[in-house]
Formats: sequence, C-alpha cells, structure tokens
Amino acid sequence: MKILDVKDLHVHYLTDEATVKAVNGVSFSLEKGETLGVVGETGAGKTTTALALLQLVPDPPGRIIKGDILFNGLPLLSLKEKEMRKLRGEKIAMIFQDPMTSLNPVLTVGDQITEVIKLHNTELSLASATEKASEMLETVGIEAVRMNEYPHQFSGGMKQRVVIAIALACNPEILIADEPTTALDVTIQAQVLSMMGKLKNERGTSMILITHDLGVVAEICDKVAIMYAGEIVEYGNLRQVFKNPMHPYTKGLFASIPDMNKTVHRLTPIKGLMPDPSCLPFGCSFCARCSIASESCVKNDPEILEIEPGHIVKCAYCKA
Amino acid sequence: MDDILQVKKLQKYFKTPKGTLRAVDGLTFSIPRGATLGVVGESGCGKSTLGRTVIGLCDATAGQTIFEGKDILHLQGKERKAIRLQMQMIFQDPFSSLNPRMSVSEAIAEGLIVHNLCSSTAELNKRVTELMDTVGLAQRLALSYPHELDGGRRQRIGIARALSLNPSFIVCDEPVSALDVSIQAQILNLMQDLQEERGLTYMFITHNLSVVKHISNEIMVMYLGQMMEKCPSEELFSNTFHPYTKALLSSIPSVDLDNRKERILLNGEISSPIDPKPGCRFAARCPYVENICYQQNPEIREIVSGHYIACHCAEKIQ
Repeated sequence: MKILDVKDLHVHYLTDEATVKAVNGVSFSLEKGETLGVVGETGAGKTTTALALLQLVPDPPGRIIKGDILFNGLPLLSLKEKEMRKLRGEKIAMIFQDPMTSLNPVLTVGDQITEVIKLHNTELSLASATEKASEMLETVGIEAVRMNEYPHQFSGGMKQRVVIAIALACNPEILIADEPTTALDVTIQAQVLSMMGKLKNERGTSMILITHDLGVVAEICDKVAIMYAGEIVEYGNLRQVFKNPMHPYTKGLFASIPDMNKTVHRLTPIKGLMPDPSCLPFGCSFCARCSIASESCVKNDPEILEIEPGHIVKCAYCKA
Repeated sequence: MDDILQVKKLQKYFKTPKGTLRAVDGLTFSIPRGATLGVVGESGCGKSTLGRTVIGLCDATAGQTIFEGKDILHLQGKERKAIRLQMQMIFQDPFSSLNPRMSVSEAIAEGLIVHNLCSSTAELNKRVTELMDTVGLAQRLALSYPHELDGGRRQRIGIARALSLNPSFIVCDEPVSALDVSIQAQILNLMQDLQEERGLTYMFITHNLSVVKHISNEIMVMYLGQMMEKCPSEELFSNTFHPYTKALLSSIPSVDLDNRKERILLNGEISSPIDPKPGCRFAARCPYVENICYQQNPEIREIVSGHYIACHCAEKIQ
C-alpha cells in the first residue's frame, strides 16, 4: 500500500537576483513500513524535498511551484494551513539535522516532549501527557528521571535521542529523518541507528532517511533515491542501486569513497563541481562532470528509464 | 630510521573550574620523514589538541617535542618564528579558518609577507600564482573572497597557505570532514600528490577511518587523551587487538551489502576527561573489562613487532 506518493514536485527559491531551482520534478512513492534513503551531496535538494513534504519550505523565498503530494490518497498541497498543522507531528514527523540547535534551550526536555503530545491530544490531562512523555524517554534509552533536565545537560547523542522521542511521541505513520546521525561520532551513530531500526520495526513506521553517507543507507534502508541538482537520477531497491549502479553519478559516488576492504593508491573523484542551482544547464544536469556525455546530453534532458522493474535511471546512456 | 618528529610523554592539561582536564595525557610517538601518521578518535579524545600542541599553537604542560633533532616546545621569539617555516597546519573548517576580508591572493601571500620571504611585489605575485596552480585554483579566483567560493576551493586555499612557506611537516586537522565525498576525494588526491612531489610529512587527524586508512602509513587510535593502539595502517584493519579499536571499526556503516560484519555496540558514551579515575580510560565501556582494568592504567607495550597497544587483556580477547 502506498502511504506517500510524490509526483513531479518542483520547489524554487525566488530571490531578487535569481531563481534557485532547488527541486526539479522529483517523483517517488513510499510503501507502508518501508525505509527510503535519499542520498546526495550538499545542495542536491534533499532537505528542501523533505521540507516540501511537510510544507515547511520558508515562504518567501521558497515556493512549491507544482507537483502533487498524496498522503494515504489525501492531497497535502491543497490542505489549509490549519489542517496541515494537525498532520505535522501527528501523522508525519521530522527529525532535524542538528540536535544541538533543534531543541529549545530554555525548556526542559520533558516539557518539550509533553508539548507535542498535548498539542495533538487536547483532551489528555497534563499528568497523563507527562507520563506518556516519560515513557517515550525510556523508549529511546534515557532514564525518566532526566525529564526535568535542560538540553545543555545532554550530550549530542542523547539530544538526538530526545529529538527522536519528540518525533515518535504521537506514533506518526511517516518519519522523515534529515541527516539524523551526521553530527554524531561513529560509536554513538551505531547506537542511534540500531535504536531507530528497532523502533521502526516495532511500530511499523515508514521512514524517509536523508543522508550523504552511503554506508548509513546500506545499514537501514530498503530503497534508495540518488539526488543530483534537484532531480532523482537513480532510484531502486538497495540491492539494485548498490550492486548494479547505472547512473555515472552514482558510480562516481561509490568510486569516491575510500574502501575499507580494498587498497587503492589513488581515489577516482568526480571531476568538477555541482552546477549552480540558479543557472542549471539546459540538458542533463550532470553532463559537465560526466565521462560518457555526448553532445545530445548537453542539448536534451534525458528521459527517465526503467531498466529493470523498480530500478529507474535518468541517463540517456543507460539501456536495460 | 630517520624520524622527523619525536614526541615524548607529551601532556596538555587545561585548568577548569571543575578540575584538571587532561586533553593529552602522556603520548609518545614518532613520525618517520615522508610518512603519514593518522590520528583517529571520537570527538573530545584530544586529537585536535594534540595537533595544536605538537606544532606549538598551545603550550604543553610537560613532555618534549623534538623536531629535526631540536626540542621546540620551549623556543621563544625568533627561534620559534624560524621553526614555523618548517611546520604548518591545515585547519578543519574551511568556512571559519579564512579571514572573510582577505581575498584569495592576500590570504595566500600573508605567510610570505610575515616571514619576509619575497624581496619584491613581483616575486610575491609570482609565488602566489605558483601556489594557486599547485593546489588547482584558477587564476581568475585570485581576487575573489572566501564567501564566493565553495568548501572544496576554500580548503585548497588552506592548503596553499600551509604550503606557502615550503614546510617539511604539516599537521592536517580534519581537512576533509566538512566536504562532500566527491570533493573529499579530489582534496585527498591533491594532498597525496603534494606529499610525493615534495616529500612532505603529514600528521593527519580525522575521525573518518576509511579516509585515514587510505592516506596513512601508520595509525594511532586515541581515547580520552591517551593512545590505545598504534600500528601500520594495513594491520589496524586486518589484525586489531584493542577492544576499542574493534568496536570503532565495527561501528562504521559499510556500503558492502554482502559482507555484513557483526556490530559491537558500545554502551554509554565517552566519559569526562576532567580528573579521570585511575585505571584504563576505556574500562567503563569495555565489553571485556576485568578487575585489573579499574585499578591500573595499562602500559603501552609492543604486542607484535611494530604494533603497540595499551590494554591488559588483549591476549585473552584474541
């Protein structure tokens, strides 16, 4: 069952100098209980896509130009702000990138979890909301006695657990996690990832995990979308994309990572830089950095090809 | 072997209201000329402080740093300035380590001017142009300011600044951790090329184990200011002894779908470096901890030739 269906989403940032085309025609769907990994470099439009799903793109300057977002068949983009506000946090929740800045420093963590629960269950008494909050804190592995402590009394990994507790407090159907472990050390990252995996399985939550770390995707995701310059250039299940990457950009990404199991003298980086999203090239956005690009790549935007069931590539030179 | 740098029992303590913070606590190691020593550890383990202390950016509490046969920790004034010509540093964050009011060429020329290395403006300009070519910065960027450039280019400025004085030894403090993977590979290749051309010696500080494996000859694993394990880089990945290193290696998410390794999850977090308890620093999180670990700080010993560890129970774990 499709829980989320995104079709041809375009998000632009309109500034005085230029129009920054952050997301250009992104389409994907999410099945119930599934985890989708969205991978890309800085500026690829990952976070903007996530914000657009919740309609949190700052407007101005951000604007959802066109597209459809269907949540259980409900068109999110035509909802009123009041209706959207009821959905946020309750049905679709988000974990933000930086646990150091996404908590309110002057409220105790207990209050911050209770706040979400109270907001979405207005009939609940404060006492029972507080009790539920302390259960949540225990669920993410923090003792309930720390309810009355402030964010600065927690370490980075612990703060991220609090953020996860807030996101999961109302038992959302979709959890969007934006680089949840980027700011953490590897041993702490391993703890947080295994906890997230466990909670997701217990509760059957669907998840969108945004990251730039292909290793994290391999740990936790079922499907992968590779984003480049606001487009999904490759999409498929984990095995299809990791075992048989087709798009030159995906191949380049894998070649850029130093491999722990092999010894190579030199890495093979992708030459050049990502194009400026305020003046994207006319044809394929990757053509300037691509080793197999031809003249037609510069002129024509490649079509989206399905090279095997469920494995989609946006490149003119990838044939099934 | 010809060691360019020898560090002996180096200590750097900070006084805090809560007690003495032992950021670097008795480290001894040496780096052969032309080699790269990788220093890995989690945040707060003292790796950046180690880099800064070795190069003299902060004063050591005790110990010795012998560079080219000379103890440099207590040099003052002119002598210290002279030694700076040979030791340089590349900083972590290319976004905050550059002066926003200096253009690219000014930033690169700064060191040359301070040390009076160029007799004329023409010579200075020539040197700056050469340096920009070396690190792969286009000449048209000479008058740009840091905010106009992306992270990869800014880090190239940082590298050009470090190279400007023709040093023989460079401390690289997380030079690629702020960069995207495709740019990271470009910078790592550049650093390797420069090392081969100029015979540079690197001390490469990072938390990224796959990067450190790629670039280092030897790797030192740090935990709470102390050395846990030090060995040739191949060996660290094939034959580790220390339980912390094992856990660290198993925590790295791997892109390999077929060889999933079993993950060793550590309990808890890195404890406070302020007035640490006696005994092994890692004892509280160690899955193999024994009584002796809480009583005695393990001495560093050579377990196999060239492979040093600080652990009481390494043989039992194997």
